[in-house]
Amino acid sequence: MDILQILLSESFWAASLRIATPLIFGVLGALICEKSGVLNLGIEGIFVAGAMTGWMAVWLGAGLWGGVLFATLAGGFFGLIHAILTVPLGLSQHVSGLGVTLFATSVSYFSYRTALPTVTSPPRIEPFRPLDIPILSDLPFFGPVLFQQTAMTWLALFMVGLVWYVFNRMALGVAIKAVGDNPNSIDAQGLSVYAFRIGSVVAGSALMALGGAFLTMSAFDAFFFGMVNGRGWVCIALVIFASWRPGKALLGALLFGAFDALQVRLQTEVGALVPSQVFLAAPYVLSIFALVIVARSADYPRALLTPWFKGQR
Amino acid sequence: MPAIIQMNSRKVLALNGLSKTFGSVVANRDVSLDLYRGEVLALLGENGAGKTTLMNMIFGHYMPESGSVDIEDASGVLVPLSLGNPQAAIAAGIGMVHQHFALAENLDALDNIMLGSERLNGLRRYKAAARDKVQEIMKESGLSAPLTVPVGRLTVGERQRIEILKALYRNVKILVLDEPTAVLTPQEADTLFKNIGTMTKSGLSVIFISHKLREVLAFSHRIVVLRHGAKVGEIATSQADESKIARMMVGAETEEHTRELMLPGKPILRFERVSAAGRSRRESLERIDLVVNKREILGIAGVSGNGQTALAGAISGMLGLNSGDILVDGITIKDGRPSVMVDAGVGRIPEDRHRDGIVGAMSVAENMIIECLDDQEVQRYGLLKWDAIQASAEKMSVEYDVRGPGTQAPARLLSGGNIQKLILARVFKRKPKLILANQPTRGLDMGAAADVAKRLLEARARGAGVVLISEDLDEILSLSDRIMVIHDGQLTLAKTRDRAELGLLMVGDAA
Amino acid sequence: MIRIEPRQSSSALMTYGIPVFSAVISLLLAAIPLTLSGAPIGASYFEMFKGVFGSKFAFSEMLTRATPLIFTGLAAALAFRARLWNIGAEGQLYLGAMGAVAVGTGVFDVSGMFLIPIIMVMGCAAGASGMVIPTVLKTKFGADEVVTTLLLNFIILFFLQYMLEGPLKDPMGLGWPQSSPILDQGMLPTLMDRMRIHSGLIIALVCAVIAQFMLVRSVWGLKLRAIGENASAARHAGIRVNRTLMSAAIVSGALAGMAGVSEVAGLKGYLTSDLSPGFGYTGIVVAMLAGLSPLGVVAAAIFIASVFVGADSMSRAMGVSSYLEDLVVSTSLLCVLLGGFFARFKFVRVTQKKEVMQ
Repeated sequence: MDILQILLSESFWAASLRIATPLIFGVLGALICEKSGVLNLGIEGIFVAGAMTGWMAVWLGAGLWGGVLFATLAGGFFGLIHAILTVPLGLSQHVSGLGVTLFATSVSYFSYRTALPTVTSPPRIEPFRPLDIPILSDLPFFGPVLFQQTAMTWLALFMVGLVWYVFNRMALGVAIKAVGDNPNSIDAQGLSVYAFRIGSVVAGSALMALGGAFLTMSAFDAFFFGMVNGRGWVCIALVIFASWRPGKALLGALLFGAFDALQVRLQTEVGALVPSQVFLAAPYVLSIFALVIVARSADYPRALLTPWFKGQR
Repeated sequence: MPAIIQMNSRKVLALNGLSKTFGSVVANRDVSLDLYRGEVLALLGENGAGKTTLMNMIFGHYMPESGSVDIEDASGVLVPLSLGNPQAAIAAGIGMVHQHFALAENLDALDNIMLGSERLNGLRRYKAAARDKVQEIMKESGLSAPLTVPVGRLTVGERQRIEILKALYRNVKILVLDEPTAVLTPQEADTLFKNIGTMTKSGLSVIFISHKLREVLAFSHRIVVLRHGAKVGEIATSQADESKIARMMVGAETEEHTRELMLPGKPILRFERVSAAGRSRRESLERIDLVVNKREILGIAGVSGNGQTALAGAISGMLGLNSGDILVDGITIKDGRPSVMVDAGVGRIPEDRHRDGIVGAMSVAENMIIECLDDQEVQRYGLLKWDAIQASAEKMSVEYDVRGPGTQAPARLLSGGNIQKLILARVFKRKPKLILANQPTRGLDMGAAADVAKRLLEARARGAGVVLISEDLDEILSLSDRIMVIHDGQLTLAKTRDRAELGLLMVGDAA
Repeated sequence: MIRIEPRQSSSALMTYGIPVFSAVISLLLAAIPLTLSGAPIGASYFEMFKGVFGSKFAFSEMLTRATPLIFTGLAAALAFRARLWNIGAEGQLYLGAMGAVAVGTGVFDVSGMFLIPIIMVMGCAAGASGMVIPTVLKTKFGADEVVTTLLLNFIILFFLQYMLEGPLKDPMGLGWPQSSPILDQGMLPTLMDRMRIHSGLIIALVCAVIAQFMLVRSVWGLKLRAIGENASAARHAGIRVNRTLMSAAIVSGALAGMAGVSEVAGLKGYLTSDLSPGFGYTGIVVAMLAGLSPLGVVAAAIFIASVFVGADSMSRAMGVSSYLEDLVVSTSLLCVLLGGFFARFKFVRVTQKKEVMQ
């Protein structure tokens, strides 16, 4: 069958990993926020902000890694707004997150339009190139799949390991898990619940922004309106699917990437029989399915969505 | 046995005139007390007397409006403690075990014990060394708990021991325990105090908060009594007796409830081999039989977490049955939803009145009618009869003495006692045939608690049956016509009113 | 040390003042991006004002813009009151529009007296179906409705594209992906000559009044508020939580669907995939500005519509990016959130008073 051929092709798996990369950043970012007890629906807007800021920084001459840096700063900034509204002020995490998404999106669009008022076709930058590692890149199958990815994909994979290490091997990660389960456990030790939560949301948001930056600096070479197109929301679904585990988050992002890559290829195969929108909508439908399957058994951080106020135990 | 106060022993802690108010409520007024090395000090008082607030000020959770705290430093000199600063309290060697445990349930005991005592930026953790140290402490103190299981899966007693181990791990000199026995069986409580005895031998000083006279008399060296936020008495335990300290606590002799004996009528509630799933196997009902008669109060005694929630859930309609039948007044209840139970004439006083009893954001009047939205007095064609609702709310507020900012105000503005009175008004207005009272006086002051007891006895006299679930054995003994003990989801009829024997039944040690 | 303490009661001034104050602040904050893009501040605000109040036409345009926002605002407000996070009004709006187009473009060639109600009922039903699915997934499977409604928005948009390229495509549309026009007698009557303002506004206002009345005075409204404020106590009191949630979902989805009906049958006449510039999402801002009160939604929708229309005409006159309107709208949401905090809590300075020796 054709599907088998697709599944065995190197280009399919290389594409899957490429499509998964922004999701890996996004899921990890959302995971860090939620582990500390804060749902961050600002993710969609933070993706946009990361995409715009990273691209703009490169376009203004900051260099690719400069772009990465500015994207994380932008993500951290919008994360800080969400953190202040939801952590010390304890406001609705749902509404604040949506507010941050609207705000970050409109700030990004407004800045882009103000900087480039009249261009018809978006200006291009020189994006990240695939890392070509001698010998390794020539390995059959694994060579093209792994070693033709850009540095940002490698960064995403490294982040999976790093986040796992922090949560499973470091006192810091244990403390964040404790804050997301029972903030009083941290407060009783004289540590600041606010500091852990704000820190986690800012760090998680910075990571989310890298997901956006990948779009403009690695997957494409320009910024378009509407280019994030719900990827942030998909990440929120994937975190639940991953039961807040970094390893499973990688798996979830890869599955989604593979499915997305598959639908593009299937479209060319059987596009005449099935409307293209079916394929385009399929990844979103899949996300809802994944959510429904795991929802009942999901191991929510106990304190998720619950504000905590100092001195009110 | 209580020892003589060690007046010759060193002073380790001194509170000097601490005061604290919340809004217009005085929580503590000018409280001073001393604590000596190796001493077990009992802080006694009614609910709301200000015991926990006082301890929270020592621990830095609250900031006193006036007063100071002195604590012994490393060289044995009393130095002022920086107030409102938990970290200073921890550094000075104070440990506190709250009533609501400050444990992360997704972490194991060792992680919980180590939490906050490690460098946060450390790239690796030293769990092996910590485990050795904890095991050493367990051996010395006699406290034991599994270290590698997530705390969420442990029993309440085990969690409490982890909390104490957590404090000992930080080399505390002063340990504050807030109502440590509230969640324990009498036997577990005895073990706890035995362990405390061992720990004080090595120099630890302990303050424990309690409102149970018996354990205070049995296990402390000295007793300090608080009433309405002020210190009203201090006495060496060896010179105290129950009536003396009870008088201090309430300001007058406590009255014994006099319960008139009545002849029970026909069965009003019957459980036939009822099984229902609780949160764990221990909290699930397994083929339970139960009969409650008219004009009878059935007391259900037991340590929390033994199936009370499932039992109450089955009667109130909150929990569906896996098998078996429930009959109310001889009629089998099918599909026991809350509204079906209400319609069958069951009045329910929920355990957690804030969570299940009222909708805090809605008005007192709305909360009074929320169980009878189908009644003709309340609505017509789906529209609320606002004036009638308002008038009846005013009337009920007077009749049941619900005090607060009025029937239009949100119910959350009421105090705990007045919320309970609101619930009583709602329940008793419908003249229920059967009343489920789940922990009806928990957290109430004596006046409100007496009111609840009076209403329950009145309902009994009127011919209603009452199921009274309580962890307070005194309450069970003073109100119940019959007593059953719940343990591991099983009910046993108690043939005795002897505390010790009831205690044995509560831990499943049937004679 | 500063602590946060809840206020015992909130005054009427707070309740009404804070949204107004937030709105004003967000407008004032627009000065920052205006300055950054080099526009003169005073003139810009004047243009903005003129864009709304400068002429009868401008004002009617603003009300035309407010109409869908009242519907989506009500959809969000009612759902949020029941603590049902319907973030899918955008998708439900398109479902409603598709429903309207499906029955309004020739299937029933009857007089307007029958056709308009048919269109409205179909639009409401389609919109409601878009919220029933996530609610079933929530009550039966525990799937978070925030995520499912958000993702459904994208799925519905793809569905819309398919419908506009396929079954609903206008054969006379010169190949453009758009639907056939709604029959003339199916169009909602306009309210003024030569203006676009249409009777959808009247329907929206009636909906707001009914919603307000039902919420406060009906058993249904009481149940809805009860499950939203404390689902556990509501269940204990015998209210069927899932059933009430479902009724809230149906009403919310139907109102969002009406937004689509009103746009397509009141204004555009035919359906394209850019019918809504995010009315569904803006409805959330409207609802929050309104403090989730149905009558407040009307006022909030008028404010947001003024921002849209005013900033739009200003940005054309001053050469400022029109994304400024979104910026002001999102700022107003953050401001009202912050304001809501000050309505419910106050900062208390906790200090140790020095005792005065006498």
